Amino acid sequence: MLPTPSTSHVCFDRIYEPAEDSFLLLDTLSSASETSFLKERFSAQADGQDSNASGSSCTPLVLEIGVGSGVVLAFVAANAKTIFGRDDVLTLGTDINSFACQAASSTVQNAINETKSSTTFLDIVNGDLASSLHPHSIDVLIFNPPYVPTPCVPSLPLHPNINSKPTPTFEEESHLLALSYAGGAEGMEVTNRMLVQVPQTVSRRGVAYVLLCAQNKPEQVKERIRDWGEGWKAETVGSSGKQAGWERLQIVRIWRDGE
Amino acid sequence: MKILTLNFLTCARKLCKSSNTAFPLHPQDAELEIVEQDMNVEFLRNILPRLMWEELSGVVGELGLPALPPTVPTLESLTEKKLKAAENDPTGMNVVEVEVPSQVALDLHRLLLETCVKEGKLVCGSCGHEYQVREGIANFLLPGHLV
Ligand SMILES: C[S@@+](CC[C@H](N)C(=O)[O-])C[C@H]1O[C@@H](n2cnc3c(N)ncnc32)[C@H](O)[C@@H]1O
Ligand SMILES: [Zn+2]
Repeated sequence: MLPTPSTSHVCFDRIYEPAEDSFLLLDTLSSASETSFLKERFSAQADGQDSNASGSSCTPLVLEIGVGSGVVLAFVAANAKTIFGRDDVLTLGTDINSFACQAASSTVQNAINETKSSTTFLDIVNGDLASSLHPHSIDVLIFNPPYVPTPCVPSLPLHPNINSKPTPTFEEESHLLALSYAGGAEGMEVTNRMLVQVPQTVSRRGVAYVLLCAQNKPEQVKERIRDWGEGWKAETVGSSGKQAGWERLQIVRIWRDGE
Repeated sequence: MKILTLNFLTCARKLCKSSNTAFPLHPQDAELEIVEQDMNVEFLRNILPRLMWEELSGVVGELGLPALPPTVPTLESLTEKKLKAAENDPTGMNVVEVEVPSQVALDLHRLLLETCVKEGKLVCGSCGHEYQVREGIANFLLPGHLV
């Protein structure tokens, strides 16, 4: 098993603490089946439109939306060679919580230094989903969303003021934590907004990994993705917490085949 | 925030998505800092085809940094051969040829990966919206009426 990046510097009063969902992402991304899928898709030798003059395929860009503590992105950055079979990989993150952006930035940089990985960490951007990303630039998109069904998703307008404070109050910290788990109706309000952005965010060779829980009705979500047409596929590639035949959590891979 | 990150960011507003002046964002009142990073020539080689060369050149000019070469460097120009004394050779008589990063590669590395915007703003060329950068983190959250 690959080591889990350290998050001991992260304040969990205002940033999501790595939990079963985070670890399911780590396990899935480093599983034998996913690493062989990713290695083949992003192999350094691949040619085609994504390659440079000497025929090696250009650097894959990994985006994690909602990095929180940064544990997932740091894991990918530190273990890129095992996951992708190459270490010229770029990592970039976003989160709506500015404290998470600062913390995750350190988590990723520390993990890279510690493992002497030669991947390149870009930045963590404080933003909503992938809205600030240049279209079709992302090769691997990862999202562990706020997925718990709740009466509503915390309001965003209230939010910029909290982000600019040096020390948020207790209520403000609760708001930040609510943003990390509260998914609104069926737990899908934030995830649905993100899924809409997938086709315009990822590249032709792009792949997205999205975590869903049983209440999100994963089978229906996958059907909806397949209905996008144009060869879009969605399959469950990792799961945990089997209860009475139900997977409590699962990771869905979203991608298109061929060139 | 690294200069290379600007190669992948655009205005977050919906109405700017189809505008070709929303990319690249223009840094203004930028306070820069240098954060040293390890050099990886392989990475530079494979990132070249992804760079929006003209747009990045513009950004570099706006920041008052030394200009990029007028055209994308060739892969060969990123390394050069150098003669070096062979290791474990006390006589110093034996030399070996090694491949080292060229000045072109070193300059590109310094500019794209080590030069960071610490404070300042990023301005959209289409709608004029200003995104603040504080402590190296760019804030792309939009006020409610602009979403
Ligand atoms: C369940 S936590 C996952 C954190 C981390 N990736 C992990 O796996 O441990 C969800 C994260 O998404 C962030 N988030 C929620 N809504 C968001 C949005 N609209 N755009 C960007 N990030 C968002 C939260 O702040 C939180 O950090
Ligand atoms: Zn704009």
